[in-house]
Amino acid sequence: MGFLAPFAIGYAVFYLLPVGYAVYQSLLRVRRVGGVFGTTHQVFAGVSQYSALLSDRAFRASVVRVVVFGVVQIPVMIAVSLTLALLLDSKIVRFRRFFRLSFFVPYAVPGVIAAIMWGSLYAPNLSPLSDLGVHTDFLSPRLVLWSIANVGLWAYAGYNMLIMYAALQAVPPEVYEAAAIDGAGGLAVAWRIKVPLLRPAIVLTAVFSIIGCLQLFTEPEVFRSVTANISSTYTPNLAAYSTAAGNNYNAAAAMSVALAAVTCVLSFGFLRFAQRRFGS
Amino acid sequence: MSSRAVTGTALVFLVAMAGYFLLPVYWLFVAATKSTGELASTPGLWFGHLDLLTNLRALFARDGGVYLRWVVNSLLYAGAGAVFGTLLAAMAGYALSMWEFRGREAVFSVILGGVLVPATALALPLFLLFARFGLTNTFWAVFLPSVVSPFGVYLSRIYVAASVPADLVEAARIDGAGEYRIFFTVVARLMSPALVTIFLFQFVAVWNNFFLPLIMLSDQRLYPVTLGLWAWNSTASHDSALQTLSITGSFVSIVPLVVAFLSLQRYWRSGLATGAVKT
Repeated sequence: MGFLAPFAIGYAVFYLLPVGYAVYQSLLRVRRVGGVFGTTHQVFAGVSQYSALLSDRAFRASVVRVVVFGVVQIPVMIAVSLTLALLLDSKIVRFRRFFRLSFFVPYAVPGVIAAIMWGSLYAPNLSPLSDLGVHTDFLSPRLVLWSIANVGLWAYAGYNMLIMYAALQAVPPEVYEAAAIDGAGGLAVAWRIKVPLLRPAIVLTAVFSIIGCLQLFTEPEVFRSVTANISSTYTPNLAAYSTAAGNNYNAAAAMSVALAAVTCVLSFGFLRFAQRRFGS
Repeated sequence: MSSRAVTGTALVFLVAMAGYFLLPVYWLFVAATKSTGELASTPGLWFGHLDLLTNLRALFARDGGVYLRWVVNSLLYAGAGAVFGTLLAAMAGYALSMWEFRGREAVFSVILGGVLVPATALALPLFLLFARFGLTNTFWAVFLPSVVSPFGVYLSRIYVAASVPADLVEAARIDGAGEYRIFFTVVARLMSPALVTIFLFQFVAVWNNFFLPLIMLSDQRLYPVTLGLWAWNSTASHDSALQTLSITGSFVSIVPLVVAFLSLQRYWRSGLATGAVKT
């Protein structure tokens, strides 16, 4: 048991305990005794933090925002990653190593730095696009969510491409030989043989993307310094962070718990759906 | 379409995508060579007056050389976190794969569940817990949570099951070797490709982590480089020199990473293949 214990203790202290503590905190509220200058103490409040959360319009809007974001961004990103992986695996073009390496470069750029970089690229006074005569305001209220989506695409498409490419490389060549004997062309092989084989990898990248998009925090937080169009409750995580910064820990804990629950339901639900639908 | 046209279209698409992925980094490099005034006044994708050395000098001199300290902090958080994280994950994965005990699958499921728990949802309650013990705003507040990697346990369990023969471990036991000796001499060697992959994943996860240090740390001298650059970037509207410095600092901090990543790419591929194929 000595081998499992160090990890198990760490896991209990830094994963299980915080989850339990957040649930506990979310069931309390602060009560002040003796007027404005009186002392405060925490009292049990049942699920009142959660019912307050349900009627909190800003929080509901933030959840809807990241869901809309995910519904658009994740399929686009997976389509891009899949196309790139299939093209690199198909060997129809040269310089494949160069392409593979250049698609992977953004993964070496931390999220904060990617956001600082793209924030500057979007800023009207710095954007190289304005040199080219493009004067779109990428940070306008209507576009800013999709400008963030583009940062996510830039940052993770190459990484997801590599997951799919690695899975393709693991396919034994006999599979393709059989298809070649049957006279299947490149596109038919890609669509009928490779894509089905990639299902587990696609499901895996989708699940991690769902988790990531619900947690959206870094890019909007960094963009707040270049635009006023991102509120302090733009995403659920941003809302939890600003609520905690305002010392309302009980409400912030309820937000964290609710977000974790929604994340588990959606990611696990998607996994289940994919397994039933595709049997992967 | 003829196969020539297909190849041509594919090549054009791939070149366009390479441009999409590389141009922002190229822009960052060009911007790092410019003074604050030239950032806005010269074309973004071409060089102006080359001020890279001036910028670098200013970067390392600012606030008593705090930038270098951030880089060292990041290396410590990510390096030490990944070393210990890999060790703990490898030992746990080995135990879960090699030893039969009651409730083993249940334990593994609980650990796997940890992969799905958003790290940002843990950060706030961790802050409240650490505050009780006076551990917030310390090195430990960022370091300790970084040594726990459920994904690492998952990868190492799969790897042990596939490539560490139980007979070999049994033979070593019969020869009278202790469990720890078996692990560190026989098993660790067989697991080494997986260990490199787990190390890399954990290193990147800690290096990129932003939410946890943001919540835990208030002392700038404890910041990792990502948090430091964020702090500079968000005050750049008050101090325009900081705009140049956060851009130059961003560029400087990613150069070693890009080089390291590209040269270690085969480990990413093998690790990702193991993770993806078995899901």
